Amino acid sequence: MNLLDVKNLTVSFDTPDGQVHAVSGIDFTLEEGDALAIVGESGSGKTQTVMALMGLLAENGTASGNAWFRGEDLMAMDAQELNRHRGTDIAMIFQDPMTSLNPYLNIEKQMTEVLMHHQDLSHREATEHAIEMLRAVRIPDPEQRIRQYPHEFSGGMRQRVMVAMGLLCEPDILIADEPTTALDVTVQAQISQLMAELRRQSRTAIVLITHDLGVVAGLCDRVLVMYAGEVVEYGTVEQIYYSPQHPYTQGLLDSVPRLDDVEDQSLHAIPGNPPNLLSLPKGCSFRSRCSKAFDACREKPALTELEGGQLARCHLVNRS
Amino acid sequence: MKSATGTEAVLRVQDLAVHFQVHKGGLMSNKISVLKAVDGISFDLAAGETLGVVGESGCGKSTLARAILGLIRPQRGRVLWLGENLTGLDDEALRKKRKELQIVFQDPLASLNPRMTVGDIIAEPLKTFYPKFAKVQVEERVRGMMKMVGLLPNQINRYPHEFSGGQCQRIGIARALVLNPRLIICDEPVSALDVSIQAQIVNLLKDLQKKLRLSLIFIAHDLSVVKHISDRVMVMYLGKAMEIARQGALYRKPLHPYTSALVKAVPVPDPEIARQQPDTGLTGDMPSPFEPPQGCVFHTRCPFVVKRCKVEVPPLRRMENDDWVACHCAEELDLTIRRVAVRKRNQDE
Repeated sequence: MNLLDVKNLTVSFDTPDGQVHAVSGIDFTLEEGDALAIVGESGSGKTQTVMALMGLLAENGTASGNAWFRGEDLMAMDAQELNRHRGTDIAMIFQDPMTSLNPYLNIEKQMTEVLMHHQDLSHREATEHAIEMLRAVRIPDPEQRIRQYPHEFSGGMRQRVMVAMGLLCEPDILIADEPTTALDVTVQAQISQLMAELRRQSRTAIVLITHDLGVVAGLCDRVLVMYAGEVVEYGTVEQIYYSPQHPYTQGLLDSVPRLDDVEDQSLHAIPGNPPNLLSLPKGCSFRSRCSKAFDACREKPALTELEGGQLARCHLVNRS
Repeated sequence: MKSATGTEAVLRVQDLAVHFQVHKGGLMSNKISVLKAVDGISFDLAAGETLGVVGESGCGKSTLARAILGLIRPQRGRVLWLGENLTGLDDEALRKKRKELQIVFQDPLASLNPRMTVGDIIAEPLKTFYPKFAKVQVEERVRGMMKMVGLLPNQINRYPHEFSGGQCQRIGIARALVLNPRLIICDEPVSALDVSIQAQIVNLLKDLQKKLRLSLIFIAHDLSVVKHISDRVMVMYLGKAMEIARQGALYRKPLHPYTSALVKAVPVPDPEIARQQPDTGLTGDMPSPFEPPQGCVFHTRCPFVVKRCKVEVPPLRRMENDDWVACHCAEELDLTIRRVAVRKRNQDE
């Protein structure tokens, strides 16, 4: 049995301008100790996918499909049942470390609350465990710092606190939504390294959500590329980076600025803009931005399985 | 000091310093601390040259941009624009100068007035500086600008929220260019954009710069973004310049340990290389700018620190080829970046 088995997950929102299909039927699985990246531009549905799993969609959002976590369907649970899993079995780290910590409570209060609620620890035991976790994410003087408030920490420190909080109950799955996007490069490097280490030490499975294929390469085993609410490509990091099949994946890779490439080369951009989900073109949704589009693209391509289990949603893979 | 291209500098920044006085402590406390946001920055910029300015949050790069434009009054130093000292001008004289010096801001949506149409936003500088222009003339110019930055002129009556982040940044660029400026300062123009869109904006700025022979100051927190657009790059840390060097040299063989850490921190989109990517070598966090370290401001995080660094401030010194560095040990350190061969991607083409 897979740790997590997501089947035909769909998310839509009722807006004044009509119904928006943010996620249209995606599947993926996660094993123990796996690290999966979900990659795509703003509006591709990558965040809404995991928000639906966590039962955190906005009020105008509805989700359907199944998400089997150890055999139980998360999508069929009410808030109370979900609360047994949220924070303990499945934890989430959000993009902005400042707005996701409560500015009125010190770190101790915020960290021990989870433990006392989920694991019935006494206040003292919880504090001790929290200090241990802060030490694990390399916060200096954790005994002192735990009594401080979020504003007394730097951005990188705050994100480390978020990682520590995510790992408090030793979750089976840690979902990280753009965990390093708001951070400086050197801090980003530290947090990525920290997550890679924690992953080696525990059996926690990681789901990393990002728009930047640069940060994925060193941390994840498998990559799911999303465009306009659909999976357009899926494969191991080697498959995705060394033989990407979908023109969108190729474009995403080419647009990462590299320091190790040929001098003075101009940057490759994907032309056009991320799609407007309210007015998607018929056929392949990437068609209008694709340099390789041809007649067949007027019809929607299916997700096709290729050698080695790689998947791609593109008419080109059928042609060759 | 001649600038990199050998031509005479259009902009000379000399020992520029911006200090903020900040009330610290409780509500009733009168304690005032001084924050040295920019502390003695000097550089020259030639016509048509691009200077990249890179540093992490709090290093003073945005304050530097504002001080050059006179949006913040500096404590000390001079900003010479075509030989004239801007810091000596009064507000009205400075305002007139801004026809030649413009800025593009970081947050593309927040820097556009949501209640104005795109046409009005781009036309506003024209109406301010040339109130006598006829309406048709203004509209023609605005449509021309929109075309130049890759927007459709028939979208002139739309509002900012109808555009994506990348398009909003194009609007910001059109607004900055409409007065035919000679210098544009771009303050993190792509940081808020998707990676796939960042390249569009960088390439657009590069093209416009060539076409219009603009001087450009391009601010970013990440060395990878400025690489493709800069002639020279200045690396800042806690209000000071650590290194100013030609673009190619800086990435191959940095002179300052901080530059080397910034180069190593850029993630490589290649799993084999990324798994063995070296540590940045940096320890700890950036110190509080209220209490910058004695001596070299970088010494608390430097892997090569020696006794001298803790007491003596290293001056920005001229090295070979007009590269500049502020490090006592620059001659002894070999910070050459060793690259692993890149595995070719197989594509069915």
